[in-house]
Amino acid sequence: MKNKILDMTTLDKTLLKELDAYINLLDGDKGEHLIHVLHKAQELFGYLPQNLQLYVARKLDLSGARVNGVVTFYSFFNEEPVGKYKISVCMGTACFVKGADKVLERVESLTKTKKNEISEDGLFTIKDVRCIGACGLAPVMTVNDKVYGKVKPNDVDEIIRYYRGLEDENN
Amino acid sequence: MKLIDKMVQCSINGINITVEKGTTILDAAEKVGIHIPTLCHLNLADFGVVNKNANCRVCVVEEENSHKLLPSCAEKVVDGMKIQTDSLKAVMGRRTNLELLLSNHPQDCLTCVKNLDCELQSLAHELNIKEIHYQGEKMQHPVDLTSFGIAKDTNKCIMCRRCVTMCNDIQTVGVLSPLKRGFDSVVATAFHLDLGQTSCTYCGQCVSVCPTGALAEMNDSPKVWRALNNPNKKVIVQVAPAVRAAIGEEFGYEAGTILTGKVVSGLKRLGFDEVYDTNFGADLTIIEEATELIERIQGEKTLPMLTSCCPAWVQFIEHQFPELLDVPSSCKSPQQMVGILTKTYYAEKNNVDPKDIVMVSVMPCVAKKAEAAREELNKDGLSDVDYVVTTRELAKMIKEAAIDFKKLPDGNFNKLLGESTGASAIFGTTGGVIEAATRTAYEMITGKELKQVNFKQMRGIEGIREAKVKIDDLELNIGIAHGLGNARKILEDIRDGKSNFHAIEIMACPGGCIGGGGQPYHHGDIEILKKRQKALYDLDKSMPKRKSHENEMVLQLYEDYLGKPGSHKAHELLHTAYSAKERI
Ligand code: FES
Ligand code: FES
Repeated sequence: MKNKILDMTTLDKTLLKELDAYINLLDGDKGEHLIHVLHKAQELFGYLPQNLQLYVARKLDLSGARVNGVVTFYSFFNEEPVGKYKISVCMGTACFVKGADKVLERVESLTKTKKNEISEDGLFTIKDVRCIGACGLAPVMTVNDKVYGKVKPNDVDEIIRYYRGLEDENN
Repeated sequence: MKLIDKMVQCSINGINITVEKGTTILDAAEKVGIHIPTLCHLNLADFGVVNKNANCRVCVVEEENSHKLLPSCAEKVVDGMKIQTDSLKAVMGRRTNLELLLSNHPQDCLTCVKNLDCELQSLAHELNIKEIHYQGEKMQHPVDLTSFGIAKDTNKCIMCRRCVTMCNDIQTVGVLSPLKRGFDSVVATAFHLDLGQTSCTYCGQCVSVCPTGALAEMNDSPKVWRALNNPNKKVIVQVAPAVRAAIGEEFGYEAGTILTGKVVSGLKRLGFDEVYDTNFGADLTIIEEATELIERIQGEKTLPMLTSCCPAWVQFIEHQFPELLDVPSSCKSPQQMVGILTKTYYAEKNNVDPKDIVMVSVMPCVAKKAEAAREELNKDGLSDVDYVVTTRELAKMIKEAAIDFKKLPDGNFNKLLGESTGASAIFGTTGGVIEAATRTAYEMITGKELKQVNFKQMRGIEGIREAKVKIDDLELNIGIAHGLGNARKILEDIRDGKSNFHAIEIMACPGGCIGGGGQPYHHGDIEILKKRQKALYDLDKSMPKRKSHENEMVLQLYEDYLGKPGSHKAHELLHTAYSAKERI
């Protein structure tokens, strides 16, 4: 049985070409540029599926484990497809005691998406994260780069509505 | 620079000492006879193996000027330092750090594979831990029992990263890596694949340095017990060269004590019907391999020829250099040769149905388990070798059967596949296979007697060695590498057309089979490996015959059964082919 991870044919050819071109321009030991290459790959593909990670490993003459180690070390990299808006709810101690679980629950129900999953319309990804260092504002949630502090479950409605609204405007 | 600028002064527990700049506190302390406990630290510098991640912090000592706790294995001595290794702060610091490691460690020591052989356990004893003051959240990882070679229980991992160092820096196999970060971090394969799905070579070097039970060999002894208790089976066993030089360590003998006779008696007591010698297979391998080498040189075929008796190395080339599969010799390994001959030659001679034979081998090696399981190594659907147990597993079986190993009389191998020469004894160490092959090739090519059989230039423990041997007008260029990282360098040269060797010996494990992944744990003491190596050379020296082609039973085998070396029948039974595999 052929392992799915080894199957590179499911990766978009044009995007791969672009990634190859980027890698070809790197000089010296290409392995040293791993992080840059992963950035580029994620920019192109939106996320880093396993076969793409292995593709990068082979291109840079690194082991798959090494590449996967780096991808899983930095929270910036996504191994799963992500929504346009990444909602992170802090579950650190401070946030938790101030009811972060209720906030998360509301986010999940409004977006009809479980944590670590992507909403059906591709708009939202939900994450619970460890302390993000803003305990004074607990409970805290972030949407992409924007930080929302002292969030009450009811505030979530408005936040979600806002991002949905942005989409409608764009369309 | 004056010498004085290169030196630094410090005091350790009040003893003044001057050391070279760059010396760690740990090494400086050792110089004045002060022991500091360590855990993640591993230093086999002679083999190029050093793990210095300073992860575990079990080695902290107090520096009095700053009142800081410093990890002694990594922190370098600075001029004027005042080190206390036994202050209350240092002692408590080490204890706290160890307790933290223990706080989420499974507490199943009594039934753990590493019970009484675990460095974490010994340290808990050494630091006098009587209570664990912290309760950590336990890890809940599935145990990986999917490969034929290595069992991986991540729940017992303490993140010392010794295995990562072995797998990446020394072996350059790159199967293991730390994944994720913080509390979630684990040492794992890419994408948490089962080991069996990766390019793991099963060299077992991760196992041999793991301080806990997180990495171990797959336990095959239950299958062997079952076979031994089946009255309808002929259960036949073979023992590899390096086993006899190491098994004694499990029974309190000094490292490097050769105990062939006791091993043979022990195996007979366990109930094996015939006890054969893998060394017999080694002599046979040499004859086939030397024949192949001469043919490749004289027929101007692919050179260099690489030895193929190390299965981890074979896996390595298949996964990492699939374009070079025509360079290894086509010879099966000694283990497989003895296996197939038992199921053919022995079976025919004794009128036994090969289906009723269970072939077991005792190996210093974890990769031999995976080799035995390779699909192509069979005849008519019967595997050449059925089960492989390591030196460690055999020692456990002997203890389990309540056999008093030390009191065993010296036994002899059974006839047919039981004779061996000094040449085969040194198969167990780096350099030994090619030295044995040279002895035979010399006489095969020249037809003259080789008087001086010791090829000292091939011996030693440097990672890559070269030797030149004059055989009539041929100057034979020989290369030797041990450790897969060194093998990689040699393979890259071959790939790039830069190699001018005729023959190259490669062994995956540092030191060769004496340092195999299935041997008694050396716990970082490199002297043990050197003693085992010396023991094999001494054994060679003590043998009446020291050339493989003088092994009478092997000669008999050719006469009765195989015909000539390299014959059609020899090829059918004793040779194999390799196949390209994916690199993950
Ligand atoms: S606990 Fe949420 S920001 Fe610190
Ligand atoms: S032995 Fe020094 S940090 Fe582990």
